[in-house]
Amino acid sequence: MKNLLKLGASALALSLAANAASAEGKLVIYNWFEYLPQDLIDKFAAEAGVEVTMDTFDSNEAMLASLKAGKMGTYDVAVPSDYMVEIMGGDGLLDTFTQDEMPNFGNIMSQQMNLSFDPERKSSVPYQWGSTSFSVNRDDYKGDIDTLAMIFNPPAEVQGKINVLDSQGEVLALGSMYLGIPQCSTDREQLKALNDMLLAAKPHWASFGSDVAKDVLVSGDASVGMIWSGFSAKAREEGANVEYAFPKEGYVVWMDNIVLLKDAPNRANALKFMNFMLEPENAAALTNFAAYTAGVNGTEPFLSDAVKSSPESNPPATPVGQLVQACSQEVQAVYDTIWTNLKK
Amino acid sequence: MAAGPQPTPTANTSTYAGFGIPLILPAWVIIGFFLVVPVCMMLIYSFLTKEFRGGVIWEFSLAAYDQFFFDRGLFGDEPPKIEWTYITIFWRSIWQAALATLFCLIIGFPTAWFIATRTGRNRSIWLFLITIPYWVNLLIRTISMKFLIRDNGPMNELLLSTGLISEPIHIINTNLAVQLGLFYSYLPFMVLPIYAAVERYNFALSEAAADLYASRTVTLTQIILPAVKPGIIAGCILVFVPSLGAFLAPDLLGGAKNFMIGSLIEEQFKGAAGNWPFGAAASMILLSMVLVVLTLYARQQTREQG
Repeated sequence: MKNLLKLGASALALSLAANAASAEGKLVIYNWFEYLPQDLIDKFAAEAGVEVTMDTFDSNEAMLASLKAGKMGTYDVAVPSDYMVEIMGGDGLLDTFTQDEMPNFGNIMSQQMNLSFDPERKSSVPYQWGSTSFSVNRDDYKGDIDTLAMIFNPPAEVQGKINVLDSQGEVLALGSMYLGIPQCSTDREQLKALNDMLLAAKPHWASFGSDVAKDVLVSGDASVGMIWSGFSAKAREEGANVEYAFPKEGYVVWMDNIVLLKDAPNRANALKFMNFMLEPENAAALTNFAAYTAGVNGTEPFLSDAVKSSPESNPPATPVGQLVQACSQEVQAVYDTIWTNLKK
Repeated sequence: MAAGPQPTPTANTSTYAGFGIPLILPAWVIIGFFLVVPVCMMLIYSFLTKEFRGGVIWEFSLAAYDQFFFDRGLFGDEPPKIEWTYITIFWRSIWQAALATLFCLIIGFPTAWFIATRTGRNRSIWLFLITIPYWVNLLIRTISMKFLIRDNGPMNELLLSTGLISEPIHIINTNLAVQLGLFYSYLPFMVLPIYAAVERYNFALSEAAADLYASRTVTLTQIILPAVKPGIIAGCILVFVPSLGAFLAPDLLGGAKNFMIGSLIEEQFKGAAGNWPFGAAASMILLSMVLVVLTLYARQQTREQG
């Protein structure tokens, strides 16, 4: 019995010591799924001497809900898109830093500065940016794909073979562009038209899904899939004969950012990580993995040829992509009703 | 066929009574803390005002229940009508769960009977086989099911190669796929309780019935079914209740096209709606429905026994 007690006590002491040792060297990341390669995590862990853990989410809103439901103080950094940075900032979920806390701050591209969601980059640094549009399997459909009608009023060949992102913001933004109405419109007729158009389109859709958006194209379950640009490039790499469209009505661009969360348990390591990701070589490694575009100068020499020449990452001069807007509470209430109507 | 010696009631109480409360205390604490407290929180949240984009404002409001039962149009300012949206979603879920329960019963009862009538070692092997797939995570099993039934998946390729069909059977992203997923996920919950009931069944009763010239049908309906009924009812509850709240099968196999109760509630917390009071209200309505069903069952049980 005495020995057992001793054993227990030493085990306890050991685990306490281990905790104390690792408490100073930790970083907890909250990121999108399939969005940070293990090599980069390992590289950062080795360079900074910290232990990295990462949880993932599949939509900006899911991340916000989780943070608001008591996860503040758990994570050091998160990776929200443009409009979500603004929302999180407005809700007081973000901490700020100064430029001299981050040696690589100057690497940020000038067009990534002065953006409305964080004008002076006080809480965020660029992660990757890309677009949301759709891809078409060219074995199944050979016609013109330069229009959002491929999703919202599809030709007979692809009806019933369409996957749509399970993402209210992007679906309603693209739907508004298709109808030629502004995002977050307050005009009743326009909102009614948006509702009716989506309800009429739904019977042609096979499924809603974000995390499966690439797989349904690769497996052939879907001939047309609303998708993020990098996911489309990956689907192509995995053998799907898909072409990514930049439709004439417009498409969504987004900018994902690493934000410093309020009450971050490891603020210093969080800043180290943000600085690490602004290093051109690391930003390029991320781009090579995710197939989007970095917001950092000097990545060019480190980029793979596949990424450099990827049609998804080289949009035409026109049309210009639009950021998803965060709607007012009144319009959001209507958007929610439209979304429930769509999925009921 | 006398059962073994029965302990007398007095022996029973004097042996165990002293330990009763300390032994049950941990269970009560855990149930109290991790079950009653969250349910109470949900109940309170369902009567609060929603905060824009998730969270609640601590002001009393019936808005969540109003939204569930009354339709005020796209802009929320028309005179209230009955809201069919959520009733439809609930009805679809109940219908799917009931069908899954029925199919599980049809397949599960003969399976349980078969296993219970094997001899010792064989019986353990069969039971083991039933539980093996359930050592793998439900998510993985649901995704595997998706691979199997997709239009150009192994099931269709096999059927096409045998010439039984000329066009692939389209199952994925339909209600049938959801049904298949529910049925498959919860089948053991039907088999195991029925097995336990059949195992306790005294087969001499069947022999006696046969000696008294009862037909096989009469033996089944008059002798066997009443004896194993508690197992069947327990199995039905264990399949019906989780099917009602399932969201993996509708999401992955049904293509997330039609909300079921589970996905509707999930959307309130994880979606752009961020309407926590409404999610809590929908959960409370679901919980009340389940409680009503279980209470009716319990009352019927006590009436039969008392």
